[in-house]
Amino acid sequence: MKLYEYLAKEAFARHGIPVPPGRVATSPKGAAEAAQELGDVALKVQILAGGRGKAGGIRFASTPDEAARQAAELLGTEIRGLRVSKVLVEKKLQIDREFYLGVAVDGGARRPVVIASTAGGVNIEDVPEKLIIKQAVDPAWGLMPFRARQIARRLDLGPDLSSQFTDILLRLYDVFQTYDAELAEINPLALQKDGLLVAADGRLNMDDDALFRHPDSPVVEEGTELELRARKAGLAYVELDGDIAVMANGAGITMATLDIIQLYGGRPANFLDAGGGAGVETTAAAIELLLSRRPKALLINIFGGITRCDDVARALVTVGERRGGFDLPVVIRLVGTNEKEGLAILEDYGLKAYRTMDEAAAQVVHAAKVSAGDQPPPRAPAGAGPAGDPSAVERGGGL
Amino acid sequence: MAIFVDERTRVVIQNATGRQGRFHLTQMLAYGTHVMAGTSPGKGGQEVEGIPIYDTVEQAVLHHAVNASVIFVPAAFAKDAVFEAADAGLGVIVVITEHIPVHDAMAMMAYARQRGSVVVGPNTFGIISPGKAKLGIMPAVAYTPGPVGIVARSGTLSYEIASALTDAGLGQTTVVGLGGDRVVGLNFVEVLKKFSDDPETRAVVLVGEIGGSAEEEASEYIKGMSKPVVAYVAGRSAPPGKRMGHAGAIIERGRGTFEGKIEALEAAGVKVAALPWQVADLVAEVLPPTPADGGGNGRNGRAGTGGEA
Repeated sequence: MKLYEYLAKEAFARHGIPVPPGRVATSPKGAAEAAQELGDVALKVQILAGGRGKAGGIRFASTPDEAARQAAELLGTEIRGLRVSKVLVEKKLQIDREFYLGVAVDGGARRPVVIASTAGGVNIEDVPEKLIIKQAVDPAWGLMPFRARQIARRLDLGPDLSSQFTDILLRLYDVFQTYDAELAEINPLALQKDGLLVAADGRLNMDDDALFRHPDSPVVEEGTELELRARKAGLAYVELDGDIAVMANGAGITMATLDIIQLYGGRPANFLDAGGGAGVETTAAAIELLLSRRPKALLINIFGGITRCDDVARALVTVGERRGGFDLPVVIRLVGTNEKEGLAILEDYGLKAYRTMDEAAAQVVHAAKVSAGDQPPPRAPAGAGPAGDPSAVERGGGL
Repeated sequence: MAIFVDERTRVVIQNATGRQGRFHLTQMLAYGTHVMAGTSPGKGGQEVEGIPIYDTVEQAVLHHAVNASVIFVPAAFAKDAVFEAADAGLGVIVVITEHIPVHDAMAMMAYARQRGSVVVGPNTFGIISPGKAKLGIMPAVAYTPGPVGIVARSGTLSYEIASALTDAGLGQTTVVGLGGDRVVGLNFVEVLKKFSDDPETRAVVLVGEIGGSAEEEASEYIKGMSKPVVAYVAGRSAPPGKRMGHAGAIIERGRGTFEGKIEALEAAGVKVAALPWQVADLVAEVLPPTPADGGGNGRNGRAGTGGEA
């Protein structure tokens, strides 16, 4: 879960990292009041996207009236495809230099890594490697002060700046740990004309899997309405722009299924991994969710491991019964754990399944094209149906 | 031979009394895995399928000399379970649990390493040496003993590929599921090294996906490998910035792309399959003949078919 800049800065401030004085405004009036209090201000849209400056999402104002005017222009608009409902009104900084400072999870090293650079204020990915210092941290012991001093020394910051920098780095590591963060980043860490360092911008990405131990954490929702609904149901769902709905079990096979549909000339409507041993109800809810977007065809691709074929079959039948039958082609591939039981349940309901992913993918692409053309139920192309039965695509309730 | 687990592996199931633990304990037993004991705090003295349940892993070691564990403990308590297994001196710890906090995963890997334990997972289907031992949740029918090693980031996709190999008469020495999380106990390189040293493994299949740089790092190692490697990578159609199910499967800020991985693998001489079921054909092509196959060149049966071609 990514936190908005103002939430990241609240967390920083709680841990003693200096941040610019600022207030969140949701109306021009609020922005004016903040400017009244702070003087010269910057107004920054609070959206979960980088490059806000370039997109016109950062403005400046020297009077309350101007702040209100700028806020009125920003609030309610869309920037980088995201609706602006909050602006952070901050005292404008007089900046001399900009540094980068971050703590992230390094998956390859299986450790936290401190990333620091004297080239701040830009995407760290765009900074040449030789200007970046990376220091792995042993998660058992955490970041020791001497390490932070070492990093400051390697950045060649000089005595006064070094002690400020070291202090901020140790506090940022605390934030990283305390918030179960995947990334805690200050960019830029700004050196002001008065010689003091301040976190001019910040990011704090919390680990979704650790949110259960942060019950008081603010909830920042990112994604479409359906994606949010799916997340609440515990499903890994990503919306895509095609017309073939896909449910598979396991992230890898789900990705591969989308790849194959695309290679065969179809357009997947979504990524949905209903794996991980989801029960009948969750699986049924997942299928309902997919159908709610009115795709041209539905592909269910299951190779059961921890997922049981009979659970998936029951879920499909449940949905079919609730809806009085399926009004789109449903192509099923079902093998693995409890396969026999699953196939029997499908057969009882009048649905058939393919043995291989290849056949099922080819069939669903074909079915989606026919369905889009609003033609009568398709006959499977030669060789694409289950042995001896070319009409495995089922339509309508009269099965 | 096999890597990490074989017929000498003696297994304890942690949280053997839960729904998944119980189900898969039964499946592992049915496969012939030496499941010796289970644990479930507060349920010591009970039995599951005739297997004794203990409160602690320590007791399972004491009474049954177990040397490996399969963990079905819920995410919030999984860190404790891995520490317990590593503390008890188990050599292989398979963590099936998904959604473990990444900070917990980092801590468990650090501790396991210190104790000399190998962690498989988390968020893995486990590890299987066909015909010898199955530690995990994979469907047994997909596998058969043979000369191919498989190492995969994703479960179901590797079932698919193993199954295609099995159907083609190409059995496996060991199949390792690294796990789909951002922080996992084993990486491709560590497993490839094991397969390189295993005399029975004659070819290796690598099943990767978008996100991270594990495939790129593997490619560097493969350049120096004498055994042929075939790969499949999932996520060709994945849009950037979207997490495709696995915590690690995301193209972030232009890194971890499908194209980058394919390029690196091909530059290392790896045969990359466009479709999962084509992996079996490619393996058949590159598999060096054994002396028994009448390859005619004795112990150097693999001459001329190396992965570096």
